[in-house]
Amino acid sequence: MIVQTFAIASKDLRSELRTRYAVNALLMFVVTSVATILFALREDRVSTDVLSGMYWVVVFFSGTAGLSRIFVGEEERGTALTLRLIASSSAVYFGKLLFNCLQTILLVLAATVLYLIAFPEFVIRSAALFAATVFLGSLGFAAAATIIAAIVAKAQAKGTLYTVLSFPILAPLLLTVIQTTAMALDGAEFSAALGQFQILFGYICAVVGLSFILFDYIWKD
Amino acid sequence: MKIVKLLSIVLISFVLCAGIAVPMVPQPHGFFQFPIIPGLENKARNIFFHVPLAWTAVLAFLVALWHGFRYLRTQDIMHDHQSVASAGLGLMFCLLATITGSIWAKFNWGSFWNWDPRETSIFILLLIYGAYFALRSALASEEIRARLSAVYSMIAGVTAPFFVFVMPRLFAGLHPGARGDEAGSTPVAQLHMTGPMRIVFFSGLLGFSLLFFWLLNLRVRVARLEEQHSINLQP
Repeated sequence: MIVQTFAIASKDLRSELRTRYAVNALLMFVVTSVATILFALREDRVSTDVLSGMYWVVVFFSGTAGLSRIFVGEEERGTALTLRLIASSSAVYFGKLLFNCLQTILLVLAATVLYLIAFPEFVIRSAALFAATVFLGSLGFAAAATIIAAIVAKAQAKGTLYTVLSFPILAPLLLTVIQTTAMALDGAEFSAALGQFQILFGYICAVVGLSFILFDYIWKD
Repeated sequence: MKIVKLLSIVLISFVLCAGIAVPMVPQPHGFFQFPIIPGLENKARNIFFHVPLAWTAVLAFLVALWHGFRYLRTQDIMHDHQSVASAGLGLMFCLLATITGSIWAKFNWGSFWNWDPRETSIFILLLIYGAYFALRSALASEEIRARLSAVYSMIAGVTAPFFVFVMPRLFAGLHPGARGDEAGSTPVAQLHMTGPMRIVFFSGLLGFSLLFFWLLNLRVRVARLEEQHSINLQP
């Protein structure tokens, strides 16, 4: 199963590198949304709370552009049936999850670099806290996005539905990471955010565990 | 069901009368006086309505979740009817709880809405109900609709407790039971109620729960009749 998982993730990676659709969409989304924020702000100084909120808003909505496509692509190309035949459903789930994790981490890195350039107030004062937040946040984000994307792939009106379905699921994660990111920008101690990390860790375990159990019901017709 | 119906009507009428009419005095004597809770005064009467409504909204979600789970196990479409009927009622109770809470917040905290952790959590519960119905309307086939909405409600069911049980205790809030409340932070707000107040409060809980089960029963019966009717229409 582990071999199959990696095979599916590398298949997605290779087909992504051929077209670069998702990566381009993600990066352009990050650039355009940051540009919009800059248009609105002009010379205003913004607080770290606002910045960390904006940062995750960009990540959340960029996720709609890229992460939600992961199963829709299979249905549109008509390859979902083949995938159902050749791989076990848990391998499909974990392969897609792995690929979505990669995408999210890339997205978060791009957003971080762009924020560092664009906003003089965006200074990471405690790097370890920021790195841990962003890493755990990406994993949780990818975990929720994968299972929602699998549901959305079966429905009509796929684009808008993803945002509607994912927000209530992602809200506990978003609230926690926004708070922790603001703490990292303000230079708080790593140990001050241990409670938040427990929430993030619990969230990731709960979502991945349940998705693993329920994925069969979504994937198999 | 007739007993449920009658009992819910009796209990809710009792709560309406007692909750509004019984006076609140500093030193309560006897059965027909409530104590004054410091910081709440007469606004405490909302406990008898807001808390049972919020409780019923959560109960409806759990019933929808349970029938979603049963549907996945048995593939019996009746469980899906139960699930969607329960979710629809839950949405109604959730809206009522939000409105009563919001009006209370205006008089107690000064504004209708101020993103207290509890307000955030009930807002997310509303969004979950909204998303559940948005998903159902986007799925054409009855079987896939039943299956995927069951899966979605279960995923929402594991992430929502993070709001209800974790957040209010981690982030300081204004709601009774949040961190910083001198009465202590617990999942259920510790309100210092006396015996008569408890009787009214628990009558409210039971009354609104029974009302929910009665309405649920009605909706499921309607769904069953509609299904039989549509089968009969087919040649």
